[in-house]
Amino acid sequence: MNIITNPEKLRGFERHLVKVQNVSRRSILKSLGIAGSFVLAAPVLSRPAFAYETGAGQMPHGVVVDPRVFVAIAPDGTVTIVAHRSEMGTGVRTSLPLIVAEELEADWKRVKVQQAHGDEVKFGNQDTDGSRSTRHYLIPMRQIGASARTMLESAAAKRWGVPVTEVKAANHEVVHAASGRRLGFGELAADAAKEPTPAIASVKLKDPKDFRYLGKGEIGIVDLRDITVGAAQYGADVRLPGMKYAVIARPPVTGGKLVSFDGAAAMKVSGVEKVMEVKGWPWPSKFQPLGGVAVIARNTGAAIKGRDALKIVWDDGANAKYDSVAYRAELEEATRKPGLVVRKEGDVESALKSADKVIVGEYYAPHLAHVSMEPPVAVADVKDGKATIWAPVQSPGGTREDTAKTLGIPEDNVTVNVTLLGGGFGRKSKCDFALEAALLSKELGAPVKVQWTREDDVQHDFLHTVSAERIEAGLDKSGKVIAWRHRSAAPSIGSTFGAGAVHQLGLELAMGFVDMPFEIANVQCENPEAVAHTRIGWFRSVSNIPRAFAVQSMVGELAHATGRDQKDMLLELIGSPRILKLDSVKDYWNNGEPYDSYPIDTARLRRVVEIVAEKGEWGRKVPKGHGLGIAVHRSFVSYIATVVEVAVDEKGKLTVPRVDTAIDCGTYINPERIQSQIEGCAIMGLSLAKYGEISFKDGRVQQKNFDDFPVVRMDEAPLITHVHIVPPAADTPPCGAGEPGLPPFAPALMNAIFAATGKRIRALPIGKQLAI
Amino acid sequence: MIKLNINGKEQTWDGDPDLPLLWFLRDEAGLTGTKFGCGVALCGACTVMLDKEAVRACITSVSDAAGRQVTTIEGLHPTGDHAVQKAWRQVNVPQCGFCQAGQIMQAAALLAENPKPSHDQIREAMAGNICRCGCYQRIENAVHLASTGV
Repeated sequence: MNIITNPEKLRGFERHLVKVQNVSRRSILKSLGIAGSFVLAAPVLSRPAFAYETGAGQMPHGVVVDPRVFVAIAPDGTVTIVAHRSEMGTGVRTSLPLIVAEELEADWKRVKVQQAHGDEVKFGNQDTDGSRSTRHYLIPMRQIGASARTMLESAAAKRWGVPVTEVKAANHEVVHAASGRRLGFGELAADAAKEPTPAIASVKLKDPKDFRYLGKGEIGIVDLRDITVGAAQYGADVRLPGMKYAVIARPPVTGGKLVSFDGAAAMKVSGVEKVMEVKGWPWPSKFQPLGGVAVIARNTGAAIKGRDALKIVWDDGANAKYDSVAYRAELEEATRKPGLVVRKEGDVESALKSADKVIVGEYYAPHLAHVSMEPPVAVADVKDGKATIWAPVQSPGGTREDTAKTLGIPEDNVTVNVTLLGGGFGRKSKCDFALEAALLSKELGAPVKVQWTREDDVQHDFLHTVSAERIEAGLDKSGKVIAWRHRSAAPSIGSTFGAGAVHQLGLELAMGFVDMPFEIANVQCENPEAVAHTRIGWFRSVSNIPRAFAVQSMVGELAHATGRDQKDMLLELIGSPRILKLDSVKDYWNNGEPYDSYPIDTARLRRVVEIVAEKGEWGRKVPKGHGLGIAVHRSFVSYIATVVEVAVDEKGKLTVPRVDTAIDCGTYINPERIQSQIEGCAIMGLSLAKYGEISFKDGRVQQKNFDDFPVVRMDEAPLITHVHIVPPAADTPPCGAGEPGLPPFAPALMNAIFAATGKRIRALPIGKQLAI
Repeated sequence: MIKLNINGKEQTWDGDPDLPLLWFLRDEAGLTGTKFGCGVALCGACTVMLDKEAVRACITSVSDAAGRQVTTIEGLHPTGDHAVQKAWRQVNVPQCGFCQAGQIMQAAALLAENPKPSHDQIREAMAGNICRCGCYQRIENAVHLASTGV
């Protein structure tokens, strides 16, 4: 999610900008100086062997394709493969090494996975976000595995004095078929290391029909056993000798600051050792700490008890009046007036005037907190001008850069060790919690663990935006939609990085808004201004949540207004199979991918609708009080359609007996993990639809924990989620899988609720709106 | 001085008797398999067994645990092969995995009390344990598998 489309608007993103435009080029040169390693930028990736290109080379520090960086083979045959992306539940720590093992012809049972520390010069971009790990690394990881295999084959051929064309690696050994000789990988490792690293373009990749692991879904995640026995190490599980435990009281209002504090009572709590101020940064504070008062203790429990005893005076600052009720009215009012035009086709104004009927839908989606099960936590050990961090971060490279900057030391003096993440969902792309630990450790001269409580997490999150979406659809006499005007008002993620950001970024506009795929003659998208009053950040699937909710709910409304079936209406609006041309959209952001390889293809959009309708038995007879709803959305360059069956009882209590989702995510690695992502998205989707709301009063978040910010529990989870993965055509580029399952769920549910009850819910969450 | 028995091993604590057992386990005893998720018994990530009863370690004080057998995920089975643990692996339950120790302890306590729970009984008994990744369908299937062997 760090691709930049609009640099002049984004000075606040300096680290990404600089990395993209300057540092990455410099680092490529630097890496080329290392014997036997090579760094690929995007143009090199676009070779005839593959029918597509990705935006991987445009990411900060691009892509490193070097078997010497990613693969090590021990004399006993153990193959160690580096996972350079963070594991937060998607399975990436297994999937990427599995790709290498596939091409390497390694036996997965003899593979060990080693987590990379944060070093983007060495490993390439490590930002685990934007649903792009598989998308960007399928080819590079195949090339790495194939390069290492080629080196093993060359070494064996030399040993035997036969042409390399006569030998072949298979299942952890190299075989000379003519003579029946064979050598294990371990026996060849030392010689293979002496072989030159082959030129990437010359490396022959396996024929996919010979794949043993890829696309099969038969390999469990590497951490499975550790997780079930309590041995998996998350951020909070790191323990160092002499380590202190800290919790921090932060300003209750974004942009507020500490005036004074009295720590006397806290110091009397058994186990508390120190009370101290933590440096904060002025708002907008990017990923820097908010500041406040830290309580240092011999264990976390004592630190929390000590913090409860603090007396603190805060200056609430400029956002002290932030109030969600008033702000919603402001946003909605903004969408009733013209805003910045960000897409324009035809003449929407005249078309709406001449329309036989105009349907207006005003939709609202509130702030959301991530509430990953593991609240933010980090351990830092800063001494002698060097810093070592252990943290569950999605951005190890960014964490390293920001730690160096915050402490004023060179990046080379910072080591970021990546633990498992107990959930991320975008929250752990921001490393503020690691910076807090680094600052405290530096001052204390001892290792420190900073633990956020759940209340800290809910009250000081980088929240999902809040938005008002207004759609006007004009129909002609025959019921055909001839005009579509969509206005979206929401505080932007850009506001976290630069004061005065009132319009949404290109990447936010492109999430289901300006990329609206319907075949309508007159279309206009407008983005009125919205001023942020809290930290806005990336939340799993980002602005796709409110957009899919609005657009797909409107499809349901149009179906109802014209007396048509929801699915038929949806297919009619999508229209003919075609590649969308977004000529009127300035600098369209295509999830960072080249449009030629990843166009908006309405044939694929139609197909997932048709598949989910067929597999999900669309139109089936359901009991009284039940209803079916459908929605489709393209995000992270994947195409996903969902059918939800809902049951609403006479008191308005809803249950979800069945969910069907069809996903076309192109070429895939591990269908079993895609399935688990989609199952999870149905549950997270139901959580945000039923309960998800962070609200503000007097500048303060009104929720604290899972009691007032509930998430769905097992007794209310969908009973069955069927996942239908569309088999990819040959050479279909890999697309995203971690996030795209989420956006279509809420609108499919709302359409189902309408079918069941006749009640149209236009504001999230459902809350008490169905209560009778 | 409070005497505790954790996973069959005697331990002592001479600090604050009100310290939540969770923090004693994690920070003082180094048993980090038990997780912190909410601190107020809303999420179940810190579920351990006191004797045979599943409790939330975040609201159980060290003094409450005195004289009782505390079992954590590390002590559930000597080789990590409790029927619930095996079923979890067979069904590929976890995504991020952070809540799973608590889920497994809750499921093990459920099966100790009710070896053949119905699906509704599973859903009810497990409703106190939150999984933000949304592994519920698989958790339910794994508990069922552990209870029936199929």
